Amino acid sequence: MPISTISMDESLAMLKQFKKEVMNELKAPADLSRDQVLEIYRKMALIREFDTNVKTLWKQNFIYGLAHSYLGAEAVAVGACAALKKGDYITSTHRGHGHVIAMGGDVNKMMSELMGKADGYCRGKGGSMHIASVDDGMLGATGIVGSGMPIAVGSALSAQVLKKDNVTICFHGDGGTNQGVWHESINLAAAWKLPVIFLCENNQWAISLNYAKATGNPVVADRAVGYGIPGLTIDGFNPFAVYGAVRDAVARARKGDGPSLIEARYYRYIGHFVADDERYRDTSTNNPWREEMDPIKRIQEYLISSSTASTEEVERIYSSAKKEVDAAIKHAKKAPEPSADTLWDGLYSPEFMKKYGGD
Amino acid sequence: MSRVITIKKAINEALHEEFERDPSVIIMGCDVGIRGNPFGLTSGLFEKFGADRVRDTPISEAAFVGACLGAAITGLRPIGEILFSDWITIPMDQIVNQIAKIRYMFGGKTNVPLVIRAPVGAGGGQAAQHSQSFEAWFSHVPGLQVVMPITPYDAKGLLKTAIRGNDPVLFFEHKRGYEIQGEMPDEEYTIPFGQAVVRREGSDVTIVAISIMVHRALAAAEELSTFGIECEVIDPRTIYPFDYDTVFKSVSKTHRLIVTHEANRRSGIGAEIVSQVVERGFEELDEKPVIVAGLNVPMPYNHTLESMVIPNEEKIKQTVLQMMDKV
Repeated sequence: MPISTISMDESLAMLKQFKKEVMNELKAPADLSRDQVLEIYRKMALIREFDTNVKTLWKQNFIYGLAHSYLGAEAVAVGACAALKKGDYITSTHRGHGHVIAMGGDVNKMMSELMGKADGYCRGKGGSMHIASVDDGMLGATGIVGSGMPIAVGSALSAQVLKKDNVTICFHGDGGTNQGVWHESINLAAAWKLPVIFLCENNQWAISLNYAKATGNPVVADRAVGYGIPGLTIDGFNPFAVYGAVRDAVARARKGDGPSLIEARYYRYIGHFVADDERYRDTSTNNPWREEMDPIKRIQEYLISSSTASTEEVERIYSSAKKEVDAAIKHAKKAPEPSADTLWDGLYSPEFMKKYGGD
Repeated sequence: MSRVITIKKAINEALHEEFERDPSVIIMGCDVGIRGNPFGLTSGLFEKFGADRVRDTPISEAAFVGACLGAAITGLRPIGEILFSDWITIPMDQIVNQIAKIRYMFGGKTNVPLVIRAPVGAGGGQAAQHSQSFEAWFSHVPGLQVVMPITPYDAKGLLKTAIRGNDPVLFFEHKRGYEIQGEMPDEEYTIPFGQAVVRREGSDVTIVAISIMVHRALAAAEELSTFGIECEVIDPRTIYPFDYDTVFKSVSKTHRLIVTHEANRRSGIGAEIVSQVVERGFEELDEKPVIVAGLNVPMPYNHTLESMVIPNEEKIKQTVLQMMDKV
């Protein structure tokens, strides 16, 4: 039995507490149409299928470097981004696949990027960890924990200075909350009443360190008090809970009332990244969080029990997401490698490169 | 028509004119607003352009420099001001890992029109944490540009180019240079990066001098002229992009090279300049090149000790005399 930073008993106790204090039943809010509800489910399925394939593709050497899975968090990105409109922005983390899909990204370009291909979102320069779909408002994944915080503050500042009503969602993890820049950024946004929503995806693990061992108070949302902004802990497996909380925070931000801190609690399903053997936590039984809280299972059950969709329709949407990802994998495998002469492209602006070269 | 103004005034004018010209230009930093910066560099901006565009920040360099990046990729042209360049270590992740790389990492899809201004330089007993010059660090990082003006004309023209460009710039002003005076034309101009200036022509020794060392090299050159030695003094103005053509041209005339900077010598920009000249133009050199730079210690507070560390006119003069076999 390997050493674990928390035992299975402790994890079960946390799950019990989560069920009692945070979890709530799925119920689509009245302001979402049936089509919007089904679109939330479709995007969640797409993320699930995408990231289910990533580890296999990495093991098969189709994906070259680092990749971090969004499995288990599908409800967070999709629920949150459903509350956005065109012109809004998000910043991401190293776990960014779900964010791209939630913002309407193209899985072909995503898979090509993960395989380092020329037609990928970043032309093979970024990979999984720096995936960005800027045209959709997704300002990029980052490999430095917490580093997206001030960037989101800046994009919210643009909206304020340029007198636009756009907002920015700053996705970050529980690991990021203990970086100095996390505090500086929330403080600055609060001081300037910027239209930004700090959305903590609390998966409870910073690589091997459980959040309960990383801070004196493992409730992220409690910290909002220190900055004089609203703070809320919500069920991160429930897309409608996420949607509702983010929608309200977005409305507040658009009105000019400033930022909010939302802690969407969930559980990181697999290792920190593709090659993580998880020796630091008990994997001897099936993960109870996954068994009991799975967001895909929960939304499927909800759609059927609420008669939002038939069993067949639920299955059809899922299998069409699967087909879309399968097609993206085929596409990416065949896509061309970037040519050597693109090595310097994008280092500086085209006008700079023309004048000075890049070296 | 022209006037004589200080570097401080030149920077202030550049800021005012760019704020006037382009409403997307903003500035953030400690004391840039109501106080108008401790040297008066931003004076009048707050009153004229308002709190929206001229932002006094809390002491949170990582947050406001990162916010400059977020603003730059979403429609603004932010200027971030670090009160002393020594504290640029605090937002270092944002500069090195985000600002420098975001365009490249994302496949070239984002412009990053962003300027970070910070005073560098030693002297005046400001000791170890208020005296450093980090141009070599940032020149080392692909994706950044590094600018070090030391005349009012250059400070104004280069700052305008920096603000109007679409790539990130580290704009290092020497804090002992703010009162330096110079001619300023009344008409509008900008100065392209990557163009060195020959400050003094000479046939015997090429001196490439960075920032304030330009003035110390010129003073040394005047004195050496009385010994019959004529130094050519080159001010590169921008550290990256760097104008090697002007340096090669000069070395192919003088066949002797001295590089001088105030930053301490070890792994400094002088080493890179000498290495480039040796690698590309070894056959032009009659003497081994020499670097006159700061000593490799933290800046001491005591005036006598401080003077030992900072390279001066006398050190340049002695180096030239040795090179010319006059001692």
